[in-house]
Formats: sequence, C-alpha cells, structure tokens
Amino acid sequence: MIGGFFLLLACDLLGEALRDAAHLPIPGPVIGMLLLAIFLVAFSRGADPEVPPELERSAETLIANMGLLFVPAGAGVIAQTNVLEAQWLPILASLIGSTLLGLVATALTMHLAMRGSMGGAK
Amino acid sequence: MIDAIAALWSPLAPTPLLWIVVTVGAFLLAKRLNKACNKAALANPVLIAILLTASVVLATGQSYSVYFAGAQFVNFLLGPATVALAVPLARNFRYIKSSFVGLGLALAVGSVVSICSGIALVGALGGSRAVALSMAPKNVTTPIAIAVSQQIGGVPALTAALAIVGGILSASIGRHLLTVLRIQDHRTHGFVAGVVGSGVAAAEVSSLGGLAAAFAALGIALNGVVTALATPPLAALWH
Repeated sequence: MIGGFFLLLACDLLGEALRDAAHLPIPGPVIGMLLLAIFLVAFSRGADPEVPPELERSAETLIANMGLLFVPAGAGVIAQTNVLEAQWLPILASLIGSTLLGLVATALTMHLAMRGSMGGAK
Repeated sequence: MIDAIAALWSPLAPTPLLWIVVTVGAFLLAKRLNKACNKAALANPVLIAILLTASVVLATGQSYSVYFAGAQFVNFLLGPATVALAVPLARNFRYIKSSFVGLGLALAVGSVVSICSGIALVGALGGSRAVALSMAPKNVTTPIAIAVSQQIGGVPALTAALAIVGGILSASIGRHLLTVLRIQDHRTHGFVAGVVGSGVAAAEVSSLGGLAAAFAALGIALNGVVTALATPPLAALWH
C-alpha cells in the first residue's frame, strides 16, 4: 500500500517538475499519469501489462473513493453564488446543450468508425 | 441556543482537523443516503456531500477560505488519484490497439465538440469569459477538469460543480440517447460514458459488463489527456 502510494506521489512530483521545467500547458498529474502508464506498458512482458500488487491496491483505493476528493473543490460554489445567480441561464443551457452534443458526437463518430473498420462486431 | 453552539464551535473552527472530519463525514453520510435511494443517479453521493458540507460551512458562518484551509489536505489527494488512472489505462491498453481508429476519431471529435460547444453556448447566451472558460473542460474527469480550469483562467470551483452535474446528466440520459440512435455495441456505450460523463457515467455503464467498464475506463483516461492538451489552444481562440 505505502509502496504503491509512494510510486503515485513520485510520478505526480515528476509530472509537476516536467511541467515547470518545460513550461507545458498540461496539468502535472496528467503528465504523471501518462508517465506511469507508459512505464507499465513498456515494462510488461506478456500481452497485458503487469501492475505490481502494491500499486494496484493504492490505485484502486484512491479511484474507488475519488468522489470524496472532489468535495473540498465542489464546496467552493458557496463562494460563487453571485456568478450562479447572475448567469444561471448561460450556465444551465450550456451544460445541458454541450453535454448532449458531446454524447451524440462521440457516439456517432465511434459507431461509424467501428462499423467501417471492424465489420460491425458486437 | 445559537450563541451556545457558536461558543462551542469557535474554539474548534481554526483546526484543519475539524473540516477534514466534516468533509469525510458528509461523504460517508451521502453514500448511505445514495444506497437508501437505490443508487439513483440523481442522488449522487458527491453532489449530496458537497451540499451537506456547504450547508455546514454556511450555517457556522465560516468563509470558504477558512473551510479550505483544513479541507486542502483532502483536496491534495486529487494529484495522486489522477496519476492512479494510469492503472486502468495500462490494463486496458490492448483495446486501444484493437480499436485504434474508432477510439481515436471518437475521442478527437467528442473532446473538441464538448470543449467548443461549452464555450460557445455560454458566450452566445451572454455569459462571461470566466464562466465560458470554466465550462470548457467540464466533461473530463473532475480532478483533471479542476486542473485545466485553473490553467486557462476559469473558476476551478465552478468547473468542479459543472463536471459533477454534467456527469450525472450523462449517466441519466447517455444510454437512452444511444438506444435512440440505434447503437448497441457495448464498447461504444462504455467509451462514450467515459469520454463525456467520466466517473459518474462510467459507474452507471459498467452494469453492462466488463467490456463496457474497460472502455469507460479508457474513455476517462484518454479524454483526460486530450482535453488537457486541447483546451488551452481552443480557449485562446475566444477573446
């Protein structure tokens, strides 16, 4: 558990350091995630990447309880009540409209591309 | 009575521990409530936990900055939790190889449509630039959405709320919408849920089985990367 957590923190730190050094416009944790994924895939011998059990336990615990980690940031809406009151219509309409468009665009593109390249396998 | 509570409360309030206990307690209570509602998408535990926590902060007359001074220790774990998404990404790597064209195109189109339509709709309806930028990364998994919002000049707290509510929205309508479009492939159902609805929709779609769950995990991680890369240049197009 601790070994796995160390690896996650170390990749996070490496990601932040790379972002600072190269002035990348990508959040540090995303760089860290990519580095760890590349590391796991590159060092796998079989068809599927082997994930060390220590890392797997830490990663699963964090992902399974990720909802808890959003609460401090989400509670920040109490400092945004004036924005929500003044701009509720653009916020609500854009959230619903853009999510619908995103769903339809992603689904249709993947449906058509898979039908073209994979013979409609289920 | 109120004075008595305030007198008890104020010596506790400066400690970070208090706000960590409130945050974790609210989350545990919210999970119980969600179970009592048969895990309905609208009774989302994160949304309930945020409402409970916000109510406690407001009811005790504290400001958000006082709350966050304690709760930042929970917030800090978002970094390692985002890195942890590498595990499902690596584990489902073989599906990337086998469905490369479909995944790549769907990811590119879905991500750009989500970002641009979010910004454009806010702008068209008279919303401010800060709100438009907060809307841009809303469809990506919440920790990455918060980080991207911070990067491009949005309001991270607003983005966090939008990402959670957007996920609930996708989870409630996504599968019905795909059925109307006559799409049955479990890979598509899973990937769409992951790309547009991130964690909330992915949990919902995993009831279809392991293949849908694997593609949803891929959708979350891959869209996290694409949105983090694509949002800053796309957002720069709007002045």
